[in-house]
Amino acid sequence: MNTILVAVIVLGVTALVLAGVLFVIAKQFAVEEDPRVGQVAEVLPQANCGGCGFPGCAGFADACVKAGSLDGLLCPVGGQAVMTKVADILGLSADAAEPKVAVVRCNGTCEHRPRTVVYDGAVSCRIAHATGCGETGCAYGCLGCGDCVAACQFDAIRMNPETGLPEVDAEKCTACGACVKACPRMIIELRNKGKNGRRMVVLCVNKDKGAITRKACEVGCIGCGKCQKVCPFEAITIANNLAYIDYEKCKLCRKCEDECPQHSIVAVNFPPRKPKPAATEAPKAASAAEAESAAKAPEATGTPSSQTAPSTPNTQKS
Amino acid sequence: MALPKQAVFPLSQHIGAPAVPCVAKGDMVKVGTKIADAGGFVSAAIFSSVSGKVAKIDSVIDASGYRKPAIFIDVVGDEWEESIDRSEELVTKCDLKPEEIVSKIKDAGVVGMGGACFPTHVKLTPPPGSKAECVIINAVECEPYLTADHSLMLEKPEQILMGVSLLMKAVNVTVGYIAIENNKPDAIALMTEKAKNFPGIQIVPLKVKYPQGGEKQLIDAVIGRQVPAPPAIPIAVGAVVQNVGTAYAVYEAVIKNKPLFERIVTVTGKSLANPSNFLTRMGTPMSQLIEAAGGMPEDTGKIIGGGPMMGKALLNAEVPICKGSSGVLLMSEKESLRGEEQNCMRCAKCVAACPMGLEPYLLAKLGEYADWERAEKEDIMTCIECGCCTFTCPSNRPLLDWVRLCKNTVGGIIRERNAKK
Repeated sequence: MNTILVAVIVLGVTALVLAGVLFVIAKQFAVEEDPRVGQVAEVLPQANCGGCGFPGCAGFADACVKAGSLDGLLCPVGGQAVMTKVADILGLSADAAEPKVAVVRCNGTCEHRPRTVVYDGAVSCRIAHATGCGETGCAYGCLGCGDCVAACQFDAIRMNPETGLPEVDAEKCTACGACVKACPRMIIELRNKGKNGRRMVVLCVNKDKGAITRKACEVGCIGCGKCQKVCPFEAITIANNLAYIDYEKCKLCRKCEDECPQHSIVAVNFPPRKPKPAATEAPKAASAAEAESAAKAPEATGTPSSQTAPSTPNTQKS
Repeated sequence: MALPKQAVFPLSQHIGAPAVPCVAKGDMVKVGTKIADAGGFVSAAIFSSVSGKVAKIDSVIDASGYRKPAIFIDVVGDEWEESIDRSEELVTKCDLKPEEIVSKIKDAGVVGMGGACFPTHVKLTPPPGSKAECVIINAVECEPYLTADHSLMLEKPEQILMGVSLLMKAVNVTVGYIAIENNKPDAIALMTEKAKNFPGIQIVPLKVKYPQGGEKQLIDAVIGRQVPAPPAIPIAVGAVVQNVGTAYAVYEAVIKNKPLFERIVTVTGKSLANPSNFLTRMGTPMSQLIEAAGGMPEDTGKIIGGGPMMGKALLNAEVPICKGSSGVLLMSEKESLRGEEQNCMRCAKCVAACPMGLEPYLLAKLGEYADWERAEKEDIMTCIECGCCTFTCPSNRPLLDWVRLCKNTVGGIIRERNAKK
């Protein structure tokens, strides 16, 4: 009986003393953490993809709280919805950022870009890039080994076996930028998604001279500069024999698409065009001509129709 | 070897900075005219191997598989620079000072002819604090198929020995070794015979094994010293290693005033009609050599620049012969086929095969996972890229592909870090 009592007292006293020590230590060395960090972290998607530029969601939450303003901070996975929630918690305002999407800037399908050699090394774009210019004559185009597919955590990018090129699923793509980093040829770019997903892109990154590019690929940009001249918004720049469309300036007028002799400029997600650009202009011209002839009509009522025909050639075509 | 119609000289034929063209379109050049200056200390000048007119300075697909700037010369006749001594007469006397020898080697654009193409004058200028004790001449030629060095030794033994004497004089040593593998008994006998007239030079027959000709393996085999891990270089153990082809080029440069513009190239392959060694002017397209050796066999699967172990598959046969092109190997489709890649079964054959004592299976995985820091700790920079690991792997894993990628990336990171310091 006595032994039990002694044991209980000894353990009880020890427990009390240690509890006191723990209490003092906890108070003395407490780490002050903003409770909002935890709250913010809770609304983040917890994908830990690093697309925001911080080491995981916890890092991003910390950065949001410390920054004091949400300028330049964006969770690409959660997008605007999550940023609004974060802003609510922090009592800040989140500027509406244009959603982005990964764009594969190469259109060198098997059809457009014939395979000239066979690559039989390790299945990795990085190695294929280090070993040589790949299976085609293009030293800048997609190597097709799928490093971007392996890098994507959201299953948003797949290889199309028919074209040999990766395809981005715009619905699933969060624009985290993992594929951009994985591509050794820097083909993938994050671009503004655009209204209804519509965008104009130069699907080529080839910096070779025109003749060499043309030999390697049917749809390679040759840097001729026609698109630059035709663009009314100065959105297109030509550098190193390559055109680039600035998505901030582009107003989606599609003039460059018509002008491009190589068909390297592609309009994505636009509704199918009416058969011919001339056809769309024709009715206007025709109606103008009609109005004109109607105005002239009182003066020359007896004019045969054959005389008015040459002034409106477009109507003939349509 | 007949002269090509047009010779092409890539500006990056060596390790280090690319050469800078010193001719312009339309200029007339002779055989031996300098067409590009060295682009720095670790760089080498390039000389025309033909006489004719500079057609253009454009890009050409070289052995790397990418387009690189190059000088194109349309061949007209065969007129040599007057300064070159074209007589066959052997000269065994040289009164030049060591510095003069090194500067002559530098002016002739001589680089390591074994394949790495490291500028020779840099190797002959030991960094302060280190002292050369011996010159080792690499005549091992351990890569299967290649016989360029072998044939050179049979053709020009005295010139090589004189070249070795010049190299010994340049680094101020009295001991020189010429290491030859036992599978070339005729070369060993001939060189031993001729070496009697050259004091200080010994012929060292070596066991036949790959990679006996690796610089570090060779030093170990000849003088029994181990070179420490990088950044240490062979001079740390007092050795200056040069290829036998380099020794010959040094002889020609110093004694005959002939810059480096031709070399012996092995053209070989199992299905080739007449596998041969050709004394080839640089800039000649490989297709011309293949034609001279009996034409491209129908079953060719790969054209390899260099030997089968370390050589590189080429994109096409129009790649010009450069300073480091030791051979052209035509592999049949069957030979060149890689087996189906399977999972690593941890058999550790690659570990046993690695001549540098590394763990290739691990390094390859680190390359795959892009773990550069760990790879550096695992001594990736010690790898000599001999290819033994890939060759021995029963699962057909492309180990060297990954290791090479890893080594290149880590090397880049280290260089960047050193540049910041």
